[in-house]
Amino acid sequence: MSASTGVIDEMKSSRDRNWSLWAGQIAAILRLEVRKNFIGKRAILIYLLAAVPILLMAAVTAQMSFEQSRQNNIGEINIVFANLYEGLILRTIVFFGCAWIFMNLFRGEVVDRSIHYYFLSPLRREVLVCGKYLSGLVASVVLFGITTAGSLFFLYVWLSSAGASIGFDKSQAFAYFGITVLGCIGYGAAFMVIGLFFRNPIIPGLLVYGWEWINFLLPPVLKKISIIHYLHSLSPVPVPEGPFAMVAEPTPAYLSIPGLLILTAVVLAFASFQIRRMQINYGGE
Amino acid sequence: MINKTDDHMIVFEDVSKFYGEILGVNRVTLSIEPGITSLVGPNGSGKTTLMNLMTGLIRPTRGRMSVLGLKPDHPEVFFRKVGYCSQFDSFPRALSGFQFIQSYLRVHGYSKRVSQDLAWKALHRVELLEAAHLKIGAYSKGMRQRVRLAQAIAHEPVVMIMDEPLNGLDPMARAETIRLFRQLAGEGLHLIISSHILHEVDMMSDSVILLNNGYVVAEGEIHGVRSEMEEHPMQILIRCDRPGLLAARVFEQDSVVEAKIHKDRRGLFIKTRDADAFYLLLNNIVVEDGLTVESVAPVDDDINAVYQYLIGGGEAA
Repeated sequence: MSASTGVIDEMKSSRDRNWSLWAGQIAAILRLEVRKNFIGKRAILIYLLAAVPILLMAAVTAQMSFEQSRQNNIGEINIVFANLYEGLILRTIVFFGCAWIFMNLFRGEVVDRSIHYYFLSPLRREVLVCGKYLSGLVASVVLFGITTAGSLFFLYVWLSSAGASIGFDKSQAFAYFGITVLGCIGYGAAFMVIGLFFRNPIIPGLLVYGWEWINFLLPPVLKKISIIHYLHSLSPVPVPEGPFAMVAEPTPAYLSIPGLLILTAVVLAFASFQIRRMQINYGGE
Repeated sequence: MINKTDDHMIVFEDVSKFYGEILGVNRVTLSIEPGITSLVGPNGSGKTTLMNLMTGLIRPTRGRMSVLGLKPDHPEVFFRKVGYCSQFDSFPRALSGFQFIQSYLRVHGYSKRVSQDLAWKALHRVELLEAAHLKIGAYSKGMRQRVRLAQAIAHEPVVMIMDEPLNGLDPMARAETIRLFRQLAGEGLHLIISSHILHEVDMMSDSVILLNNGYVVAEGEIHGVRSEMEEHPMQILIRCDRPGLLAARVFEQDSVVEAKIHKDRRGLFIKTRDADAFYLLLNNIVVEDGLTVESVAPVDDDINAVYQYLIGGGEAA
């Protein structure tokens, strides 16, 4: 074996060891963080938030079931659900839920004065960012996935079992679930960065909320600098944006999904770069 | 420039840290060797800042530092060798002492089995085995202090940095912990300990670093620091049968500046600028005059006196 081959083998072996170490460290962070995200006082608010749409859908469904005289049809149900999904679940529950979960990943630990345990570990801070982000993603996807599935369940399955003449559209259900996951991915990255770099993340969080809400008023170029634009484009049922909306061509799924993922990757890369310079001075918080 | 000999030392080169306009530490230059080194100084003197700088939790405004030739910019290597028991009394929620230590060992990259073994070993060293499976939320202050210490030593670092590690411990636990520190120092580890309990510092330290208002005012082995303080003559109490005779003879030496007979007339306080020369003279007096000496004890050759002289601005006891 030549010397250069030996060096290359050594480099490969070292790289493999690094990847294996980082994977193990991310798994360890996930175990710690997922537990924190699901247990504790901070989780109560998220549980309540996640339950709101399910309870509301249950109430709406119950009311529609009572109105037997009304002709429920699949088109009407789909539009009702699409509006409720986008207005309530996506723009409110997923948005604020992700804000709470992801902003607290770092900011919450700084407030609790426990982030130093990670910073004092033989752990690359980029790996910490990945582990924390994934833990937030697990928590948000599980909770808001259940919210989405629960809402769909009440709307479709319950009505079906009550004898209403509608079927259960699996492709639509998957589409809504996929949008929820993408919402968690996009909003999660944005809010984690806000939580990392702003001592008081509420104001920038509200600015993002305002920007996302006025998206329908923005010209097409500016619409694209938002997360809701891409999520809205993916809706299986077109949701009208009102008489004042600036009309823009929806971005096709083959562009909006990779676009959102690339944007998320860029935001996470920025966070990884910035966190290397982060100092801990709890006294100044 | 950090050189090869720094591989065995903790080195600060002209390090300053400012929090905005507030001074943390200023122009600190140190080389710390293995053994127990205590950081001593009043609140706000810069002890915690110095420790946080050592571990990269904060970065210097100016200057550079390294620990065994390593810098905290590369945590994946640095924190395999360094453990920091901070003063922050906070823990991740809902974990037992064992889970806390083991979870962070997993973050280090240890396997489940190895991390369990190391966690048990660390808990054993701080004598917290019985409470290992209790939630940390139910721990007393002393137990929380010990579990923090266990977490910092669990990965068996060669440099241990501990911010007030004896706080909250009862006397028995303090004695045990000091014994553990001595044992670790005996194994060749660096132990950097901040404390404001001076007699314990005196008891356990190989060397001290005295800080005041962000400046290092003295560093080195305690007796060496004391002997260099020429403006404060050393006080020595000699218990003997004829203190009057001794008082008459000690002024043969110019370095003796004061002599005072003890109230019970069975001893003599002297103040000298050259303690070694005085001890030689005392030997001569014993031989020549048949003086019976019961004991010879330096009164202010300890960290408490050094602290009072350099920082307290007052007279030592």
